[in-house]
Amino acid sequence: MFDNVWLIPLFPLIGFLINGLLGKKIKNETVIGSIGAFAVLCSFIVSVMTFLKLIGLPAEERVINVKIFTWITAGHFNADVAFLIDPLSCLMLLVVTGIGFLIHVYSIGYMHGEEGFYRFFAYLNLFVFSMLLLVTGNNLLLMFVGWEGVGLCSYLLIGYYFHKKSAGDAGKKAFVMNRVGDFGFLLGTFTLFWYMGQTNNIWTIQFTELAKNANLLPTGGVVTVITLCFFLGATGKSAQIPLYTWLPDAMEGPTPVSALIHAATMVTAGVYMIGRMSYLFIRSPETMTVVALVGGCTALFAATIGTAQNDIKRVLAYSTVSQLGYMFLAMGVGAFTAGIFHLMTHAFFKACLFLGSGAVIHSMHGALHHVHSHDDAQDMRNMGGLRKHMPLTFLTFLIATIAIAGIPGFSGFFSKDEILWQAFSNPLHGDLNIVLWGMGACAALLTAFYMFRLVFMTFFGTCRIKEGAEKHLHESPMVIVIPLLVLALLSILGGYLGLPKLIGDLFGGVPNYLDQYLEPVFANANQYMLAHVHPEQHSHTLEWGMMAASVVIALIGISIAALLYLINPELPKKFTTAFPALHRAVYNKWYIDELYDFMIVNPCKALGRFLWKGFDVLVVDGVVNGVASTVMAFGGVIRYMQSGLIYNYAWSMALGVVAIVAYYVFK
Amino acid sequence: MDISSIFFAIVTIVAVVSALLVVTCKNPINSALSLVLTFFCLATYYAMLDAPFMAAVQIIVYAGAIMVLIVFTIMLLNIRVDANKKHVHQVALGTVTGIVTLLLSVLFLTRGKVAMLAGPVTSDVINQIGHTELIGAVMFTDFLLPFEVTSILLLAAMVGAVILAKKKLS
Amino acid sequence: MDNLTNYLLVSAVLFSIGTIGVLTRKNAIVMFMCIELMLNAVNLTFVALSRHLGNLDGQIFVFFIMTVAAAEAAVGLALFIAFFNNRESIDVDDANLMKW
Repeated sequence: MFDNVWLIPLFPLIGFLINGLLGKKIKNETVIGSIGAFAVLCSFIVSVMTFLKLIGLPAEERVINVKIFTWITAGHFNADVAFLIDPLSCLMLLVVTGIGFLIHVYSIGYMHGEEGFYRFFAYLNLFVFSMLLLVTGNNLLLMFVGWEGVGLCSYLLIGYYFHKKSAGDAGKKAFVMNRVGDFGFLLGTFTLFWYMGQTNNIWTIQFTELAKNANLLPTGGVVTVITLCFFLGATGKSAQIPLYTWLPDAMEGPTPVSALIHAATMVTAGVYMIGRMSYLFIRSPETMTVVALVGGCTALFAATIGTAQNDIKRVLAYSTVSQLGYMFLAMGVGAFTAGIFHLMTHAFFKACLFLGSGAVIHSMHGALHHVHSHDDAQDMRNMGGLRKHMPLTFLTFLIATIAIAGIPGFSGFFSKDEILWQAFSNPLHGDLNIVLWGMGACAALLTAFYMFRLVFMTFFGTCRIKEGAEKHLHESPMVIVIPLLVLALLSILGGYLGLPKLIGDLFGGVPNYLDQYLEPVFANANQYMLAHVHPEQHSHTLEWGMMAASVVIALIGISIAALLYLINPELPKKFTTAFPALHRAVYNKWYIDELYDFMIVNPCKALGRFLWKGFDVLVVDGVVNGVASTVMAFGGVIRYMQSGLIYNYAWSMALGVVAIVAYYVFK
Repeated sequence: MDISSIFFAIVTIVAVVSALLVVTCKNPINSALSLVLTFFCLATYYAMLDAPFMAAVQIIVYAGAIMVLIVFTIMLLNIRVDANKKHVHQVALGTVTGIVTLLLSVLFLTRGKVAMLAGPVTSDVINQIGHTELIGAVMFTDFLLPFEVTSILLLAAMVGAVILAKKKLS
Repeated sequence: MDNLTNYLLVSAVLFSIGTIGVLTRKNAIVMFMCIELMLNAVNLTFVALSRHLGNLDGQIFVFFIMTVAAAEAAVGLALFIAFFNNRESIDVDDANLMKW
């Protein structure tokens, strides 16, 4: 009954092939854009059908492997092209194709008139295809294909404006940093395959098989090694410390790409992967601690950088890194459902924010173009007061900002609060909990602050755009606005899928749908957790208190932002003059890029230069040239034998024959 | 001296003389015609050696096909007689080498001995069954694969000849 | 001298004449014909020894040599035509591009 699952990744692939191969001939933007968007829409429809079929099944039967064909068989090793349909992958399918579709529609308007329009849509479809392969693949190898595919597509799309050096560099950076992570992923796969085969004679890389046999794995030890390898892969793809620096640079790509990378695809891959292998991660307490700490640190660290950036997209980029940190924090404390919940709500509001910022940039760009100004269209210092000109964009942007800041009633509140509560109450890490909660709470404060700083600087106050350009600011076309409205609606409603029990009880026992839905996927991990740690009982008062605390934190953040950027715009300047060193450090992203350059990039370059000048030029080239000149010297002598006269050669041959015969005769 | 020895002597004289004519004639056409005569002599030898099938093939393939091709080419190219250039030292060296080869071979043949490993195919067998049938039996059993491979060789030669002769190389 | 030796001697004579021809002539086609002569001398050896040993394998070899000779003739003569088209000559001394 799930036979048509293969259609889901097929549609974007077809879209990619049509646009990629024939796009240059088609030329018509509407046709190209429609093909791209329609392909993803078809996938979305099939995904919805699959989802409906899946929830029609009893909970324990909701794991279906759909084999298409055998891909590789070598000895014990077997990899199929097969799809795994279970609640987790189905949820991801809906998010990827649904938001992917909206972004495609938006792109038709946003990319209007760009050179290489067809190329953009071809890559976009390939991106969605890779991501669908990643989430539906039923074994590690197929997942890795998708994993690499999204890496490649991010490279292609970030470097879309390849004539700009910074864009090309950003693409390369994303690719190389992802490769570092991919290396970890591969090592993890190899080790897991080898270990399971050697010790238990189970040679498999298939997720369901692995889950079935997860109880054979020991706690810690080799599992720690395996999961740390996988986690390295996750940090690369999901932009966590230490491999996060590519994501802010990825802003060089067109804005829809940023939305696609940040919201629906790519960066969620790491979170998804940990969720997919929760049974493995839960068996290594050390890895869980590392995941939680890295997540918490990233959340806090990226949030601090976000407070001082002036580029509208960069603020959002650091906000993504920070929010991904939350997800990893949730994963690390064993709250897998909460992590996936935040992944989903984040996809909604972050897509909305990015597309909204894209609309702003688009409008700014057009206005600045009218007055022939070369001011930066993405710099918030040039904006202000835009809510009058772009009311719909402003509305949707505000909703998404409230959602991300964690104001009750909007989706971000439910997921973020769930994570904070789990970080505080989950028994996995003992005394570390309060630290993790503290990091999360501080990050929440900063998130509320910098997001509202962004809103206030962009949409409120006086318009700081160049004189004469203001009257050219206008609302975006409907093809851009409609996706924004849909996403804003989702940003509000998405959270009600995962109401905490506490609030659900208030409304007459509304269940936590998401928790119930995802329960079978994380059953193994949750059982293990229950068997090994003893959850403490927390009173409802405490939970209410924590919830109130996170609301207060968010409100404080908003108030500070309002104070600094709305009521008294002179204060930030005073602040920066009072602490110049601090501001400079934050503004320059804590000099992490420079640190990496100093510690890794430059030594690598020096080594490369040494190998080039010292080894390659002297030794390798020396040997090659030496051989060549030796041969030439010999040839210079021997060539006198080559008279070019055929009878000379024939004569030599005959002489040879004579010699041989003479040898036999006189032997 | 019996009649077959006399016949052998006559054929040998014709063969050697015509072979010498191949080498010495100025005009390539004459060389070619002398070569045809040599091939006929060789066919005669084959017949005397109880190998009538080989004799037939010798005439059909060599005298018939290959020589016609050579004569055709000579006519087509309309080559002038190469009387103008003389390379005495080349001729001398070549002749000496050839004669040394001959002397050595003769020495080799008169000294050596061929072991008499009498195989199953005697004159009686050949007369009884027929040479062609015997050759065919061997060819299509023990030598089937080489026989088939030969067809590929011929195909390659055919294609190569067409390609080479067709275009004028720059 | 027995019967076999006679044939082998004739073969040796023909082979040597062929060798002399290859070494002394400059006309490519005549050289080619001399090579054919040498091949035939070898063929005679094969047939004579095959007959002598009562084994047909040698004659099968002759058959294959003839096939190769036919292929060689086709390709070789095509080469001569191509060569002649370029140089207006069939003299091997004119094939001197490889000469240093």
